Amino acid sequence: MQETKSNIMSSVIPKVKRKKEKKKSWNKIVQNWELYIFIAPAFLYFLIFHYGPMYGIQIAFKNFVPTKGIMGSSWVGFDHFTRFFNSYYFWDLLWNTLSISLYELAVGFPIPIILALAFNEVKNGSFKKLAQTVTYAPHFISVVVMGGMIITFLSPSSGMAVHLIEWLGFDAPQFLTDPKWFKTMYVFSGVWQSAGWGTIIYLAALSGVDPQQHEAAIIDGASRLQRIRYINIPVIIPTMTILLILNVGSLLGVGFEKILLLQNPLNMGASDVISTFVYRSGLVDAQYSFSTAVGLFNSVVNAFLLITVNQIVRRTNENSLW
Amino acid sequence: MVVTVKESGRDKAFAIGIYIYVFLAFIIVAYPVVYMLSASISDPKLVSSGEMWLWPKGITFDGYKRVFENASIWRGYGNTILYTVIGTLINLIVTLPAAYALSRKDFVGRNFFMGMFMVTMFFGGGLVPSYLLIKNLGMVDTIWAIVIPSAASIWNIIVSRTFFQSTIPNELQEAAQIDGCTNMRLFFQIVLPLSMPIIAVMGLFYGVGNWNSYFSALIYLNDENKFPLQLILRQILVLQEMSAQPGGSMDATTALALNNKAEVAALVKYAVIIVATLPIIAIYPFLQRYFVQGVMIGSVKG
Repeated sequence: MQETKSNIMSSVIPKVKRKKEKKKSWNKIVQNWELYIFIAPAFLYFLIFHYGPMYGIQIAFKNFVPTKGIMGSSWVGFDHFTRFFNSYYFWDLLWNTLSISLYELAVGFPIPIILALAFNEVKNGSFKKLAQTVTYAPHFISVVVMGGMIITFLSPSSGMAVHLIEWLGFDAPQFLTDPKWFKTMYVFSGVWQSAGWGTIIYLAALSGVDPQQHEAAIIDGASRLQRIRYINIPVIIPTMTILLILNVGSLLGVGFEKILLLQNPLNMGASDVISTFVYRSGLVDAQYSFSTAVGLFNSVVNAFLLITVNQIVRRTNENSLW
Repeated sequence: MVVTVKESGRDKAFAIGIYIYVFLAFIIVAYPVVYMLSASISDPKLVSSGEMWLWPKGITFDGYKRVFENASIWRGYGNTILYTVIGTLINLIVTLPAAYALSRKDFVGRNFFMGMFMVTMFFGGGLVPSYLLIKNLGMVDTIWAIVIPSAASIWNIIVSRTFFQSTIPNELQEAAQIDGCTNMRLFFQIVLPLSMPIIAVMGLFYGVGNWNSYFSALIYLNDENKFPLQLILRQILVLQEMSAQPGGSMDATTALALNNKAEVAALVKYAVIIVATLPIIAIYPFLQRYFVQGVMIGSVKG
């Protein structure tokens, strides 16, 4: 997820600048007919596997019966949405989803930035290389193994983290089953796994700083901290802005795969988020229409957040996504 | 450093602080990994009591023995390799030609295709409609349900497109076209050989993703014989279904299980984590360059 988020930096929203004659472009189409073969697999893939499900969204407004199919099922309007909004768990789900995301944003967003600035200050080549290699590595650990590690390390009486806390003289809480600890466990394991990898994109931006700027600043008597503050940080602000927009845009799209693995009946009060609820009600309990409605609510809020934040950023500076 | 201005005391203190900070980050990440390696070959009693805290104590390879005797782990490994190889091939076949087409300025309709692909980044059909689609296509419980729904990622298409745009000079393809070279030949005989770095990066990104993914297998596969490693791991690590599983040495397992089931289960967990993660962690330092390159290409706002 981390690298996919960062990759959007390159995203170019198509700029329509076409004022060429139709004939000319027709010639180009004919001349480059093979390029359409090149794009065909991707086109078909997105059409079938991304736009296809969008067609299926209509079951959120229907009472989907598998034997009748998507078209044959009867319309019920906003019934499923009303049921969801009026259900006793609606506010809990929304709160859990938002609070986990905001917690993650508050902790997980600044740490890679600080780490990248620190890496950038380390001049010892081999130590820097080692620290980078090691901190990047957890990015490649699968979410299942990550879940297994968390459960093993935090297991009461025998887990490594529990021993550590007791060694420091504290009473270790019941991390896995106490709802109070679920969010912290989720957020900090995420930081452990992805903070190092998250520095790459900032280090890339920092590598563009002209060393002469630093030399000049040193001669002018700037301290290290001042140089970071006035030279390095301004360079990474565009990157920060774009990542922030993306993070806010996925506030309701928390790391659902990990939550699903860490969820248990005892911590459900804090760990049930919209996406795990969609999974449970949709695929486990086969309430297809209801679950689709909940999922649609989630995507619409996400899209809305993304557009809003981007709009705000666009008003204030030039680093918006589009 | 060309300039050698003496660092002030405050700067030195600050530099030391930074070294300590980076060192701490290093320890925090490295310690659990070292601990798991040690725990996987230590006496489970010493591990659970906390006596083993860094280096292995009371060395035993029992955990690995059990892991390797477990037929479902082997089968999972085999399935994962199959899904990863086929999946990654499909990923590359879909991604690279499309990215190349999109990188061409004279490709009429590139904005349309790009826009169509990018919409899916922000809005999708959701879980249930996707599931119903796969089901209607008759792909449930087949390898295709694992490799086809994730055949391409828009991020990787964008990264590859940026690579092609910035490394393949326009003049090259213009010259090739004047010489009567078809786009097909141009792509396969000129562009691809020049694009080895991006092929490597894409292969790695997709490969790791395929190796680590569990969710599509969880929802689309019912037959245990088709489970990839990650689903088997989920059973062992998260659902804790190990010790009772009929493996190679059932009798020894039951006897031990009666005595210290929990501790042995923990030992097996550590071993299984190492066995599942080692292939990637072991090759990663050698390929780090490529991974980092991939992220950096992606970060160029093109």
